[in-house]
Amino acid sequence: MTAEGAKRPNRDVIDRADSYIGQSVIRPQAARLLAGRGVFTDDLRLPRMLHVAFLRSPHAHARIVSLDARAALAISGVARVVTGDELAGICAGWVGTLAHFQGMKSAMQYPLARGRATWQGEPVAAVVAESRARAEDGVGRLAVEWEPLPAVTDPETALDPATPVIHPELGDNLAFALELKSGDPDAAFAGADHVYRDTFWMGRHTGVTLEPRVILADFDPSERRLTVYHSFQAPNMMQDILARHLNLPEHDVRVICKDVGGSFGIKVHIYPDEMATCALAVLLGRPVKFVADRLESFQSDIHARDHRVDAEIAVTRDGTMVAMRVDDLTGIGPYSVYPRTSAVEGNQTVRLTPGVYRFRDYAGRLRVVLQNKTPMCQYRAVGHPIAFAVMEGMVDRVARELGLDPVEVRRRNYVTAEMYPHTSQTGYFFERLSHEECLDKLLAISGYRALAAERDELRKRGVYRGLGLCAFIELTTPGPAFYGVGGARISSQDGCTLKLEPSGAVTCVTGVTEQGQGTDAMLAQVVASAVGVRMEDVRVLTGDTLVSPYGGGTWASRGAGIGGEAALQTGKALKGNVLRVAGAILQTEPEDLDLRRGKIVDADTGEVRLELAELGRIAYFRPDTLPKDFQSELTVTRHYVPRHQGFAFTNGIQLSHLEVDVDTGFVRLLGHWAVEDCGRIINPRLVDEQVRGAIVQGIGAALFEHCVYDEAGQLLTGTMADYLVPMAAEMPDIVVGHVETPTAFAEGGFKGAGEAGTAGAAAAVANAVNDALRPFGACVTEIPLTPQVILTALGRI
Amino acid sequence: MEGTLDTTIEIALTVNGAAVRRRVEARRSLVDFIREDLELTGSHVGCEQGVCGACTVRVDGALARGCLTLAVQCDGAAVETIEGVAASGEIADLQAAFAVANALQCGFCTPAMLLTAHELLRGNPAPSGAEIRRGLSGNYCRCTGYHAIVEAILATAATRRNT
Repeated sequence: MTAEGAKRPNRDVIDRADSYIGQSVIRPQAARLLAGRGVFTDDLRLPRMLHVAFLRSPHAHARIVSLDARAALAISGVARVVTGDELAGICAGWVGTLAHFQGMKSAMQYPLARGRATWQGEPVAAVVAESRARAEDGVGRLAVEWEPLPAVTDPETALDPATPVIHPELGDNLAFALELKSGDPDAAFAGADHVYRDTFWMGRHTGVTLEPRVILADFDPSERRLTVYHSFQAPNMMQDILARHLNLPEHDVRVICKDVGGSFGIKVHIYPDEMATCALAVLLGRPVKFVADRLESFQSDIHARDHRVDAEIAVTRDGTMVAMRVDDLTGIGPYSVYPRTSAVEGNQTVRLTPGVYRFRDYAGRLRVVLQNKTPMCQYRAVGHPIAFAVMEGMVDRVARELGLDPVEVRRRNYVTAEMYPHTSQTGYFFERLSHEECLDKLLAISGYRALAAERDELRKRGVYRGLGLCAFIELTTPGPAFYGVGGARISSQDGCTLKLEPSGAVTCVTGVTEQGQGTDAMLAQVVASAVGVRMEDVRVLTGDTLVSPYGGGTWASRGAGIGGEAALQTGKALKGNVLRVAGAILQTEPEDLDLRRGKIVDADTGEVRLELAELGRIAYFRPDTLPKDFQSELTVTRHYVPRHQGFAFTNGIQLSHLEVDVDTGFVRLLGHWAVEDCGRIINPRLVDEQVRGAIVQGIGAALFEHCVYDEAGQLLTGTMADYLVPMAAEMPDIVVGHVETPTAFAEGGFKGAGEAGTAGAAAAVANAVNDALRPFGACVTEIPLTPQVILTALGRI
Repeated sequence: MEGTLDTTIEIALTVNGAAVRRRVEARRSLVDFIREDLELTGSHVGCEQGVCGACTVRVDGALARGCLTLAVQCDGAAVETIEGVAASGEIADLQAAFAVANALQCGFCTPAMLLTAHELLRGNPAPSGAEIRRGLSGNYCRCTGYHAIVEAILATAATRRNT
């Protein structure tokens, strides 16, 4: 007799009366964080802990002629000064390419620059001291002779023969190029009634996690074991990379993620300073902590976007789109970031752009070039904001040119309900999306027509308001085709382990991680519903490679779709096992029993037969009272990987309502609406708040956020006073509506929700600004939409 | 730094009502003193230049930036941090409202946001949404988009007025 699996499947996890799925329950972690009892990595201190501060290159490109550390070493409390060559002997270098990006190239990168620095802010030397302040004193005393080299800063000229090649061994500054074609765009353009062209510029910006990057590495030389506390999204990925690059057995590297103070994709990459910190712990045999200060964050956290896209659209005179061409040029810094590469954003941009609409003739071209600026890589909604700024900008252009309603132009061109399942022009598979439903709901909840009428009325009085739509798709829940096939050791599967405690409580350990999204709540809801216990009796643990099932962590909106489904399947398995134990105790067929809110009940009558705590007592302490051939199994692990589609695509639409002051160029946001479809919703409030937070990051990109460099590659926006992130007073109230189209490929029907807001917000704002400027015949196609940009478009400066 | 010059100064103050006497470096910021020397890690360091507000604490009853205040300036002062204010029950209703509205995500800005919200409500028991947004503009939140925070503060204000 085996205890695994019940004979009758539990099909009622979602809809059963005691399900928590669909309930806006409070996050279990909230109380702790609200009391100041969060434990962020910088809150940890270990015995004999040292601190590291880095000397960073003041030049965008320079040869390191010499470095004299004597004065630094003379400071009391400074333990060691380490340079690139010394650290390279402990930590092997890396190259940020993926095999499925054919022809991609990047140069070998090390924890500290060796001989040459390639961006302003690249770590060059490490000073380790008893306190951070002493380490910074030491950095101030390092005497470095630099030989500045010409900096490559403009992507437009990065490939010119006259431009220096940043890494001579690569031959040129081209990291990756791609050309896509679907159908016959040339013929479609030739036969179209109208062709419109625009160029879009998306400014470089960055994530600005309020908690900067931080890592604390503790190496025990006696066992040669490394324990790393890391503010990070993907602990197993970090474990794998540390093991391979520090030449340690993988099982001797443990990565623990405590509370993470925001991530947004910033904390999922390999950073030289963090690798250096771990290498220093190995070198010194002591714990070493690194906390980026805000200047370092701006100089060394990955940046994102920085794309110039030329777009052409061909339409018939009734506004039916027939073809599109897109040419994307992006500058990514001197290295492609390891291990996910810096080609993904451009790749997704050219692949996502046309996907909302049904025209088939499409051509996409991408060039990813190197430059001497902070490396760029994946940040929230990777590629999406660029794709939809271009696509939705062109849709509104079509509407303007042809005098059509922007709502109707979208409706006329959507991939429509009867077309699913549908494969996009660029090969993305859409199981089922809900563009029309989302649009209808958005128009209803926003009172769009009334706002439009008010806008028209106010225009007569010299008040310039605008409405801007952005329909979008979002790539969530990625399978192995995303990174695994390219050779990156980033897990696309995730696991969940559930343990029934003797008390009847359930402990849940999972590979997906928490950075504030509410992973803990979402999983507790799924587990409590699938097992049949009270949610307060589920304790979720994430972020510890020693104890959690192997998994990918939380990124690309994968937590609910993959981690949630793994938890659902594990919960069902544990429930089956619990009922078998109950059957053995009660001398009843397990199929005749059910588990509801922690009580074993008669499946038909609901009569309570046994408390779960009593079952736990018997199973753990009095198994002698059970049949001799019965073994209870009250710890269960299950895994899940999306096997039936590359991604679980979601969709939605946003509306921005704003007013432009045409004298000052200032934009006042009056309201923002979003309707999105992330499949079955586990916790409506958490989804709403993901959408709202993501929208505000997109609004930041649209209006404020910009990593500005001068021609020499000097970052001019290195503080929070220069780099503007949205503040409360500038942000509008945000109304969120939902359409639920569960995926049928996973029992839970969950898809991702973390990035949809950012995917569409910037384009909605840009389109609204252009709507407001319409009486002046002015149009802007660059973000951020600063007053200067707007006044320039108006011809006022 | 190195050499014989003593750059430390002894200070005596109360922190969350308890008397504290420490010798600190003259350059030590109040938030570093609180976090590193007193191990009260609920106050956070986000920018070290007074912009983000994550280090907000109360000094003699008024909100202060822990990163722009030196520890030595607080000699003789009464300093209160999130740990003390949370333990006293003074902001229990705000904390509960934040939890219900999910007015926090990562939790890094949250302690300072609570202190600021509490101060705001003490000065204006019936604020409008716009007044709340203005009042919070010295505290950055990168996760929530602020909407839920405003909602939680409005709810707390209503409850406080009715009790």
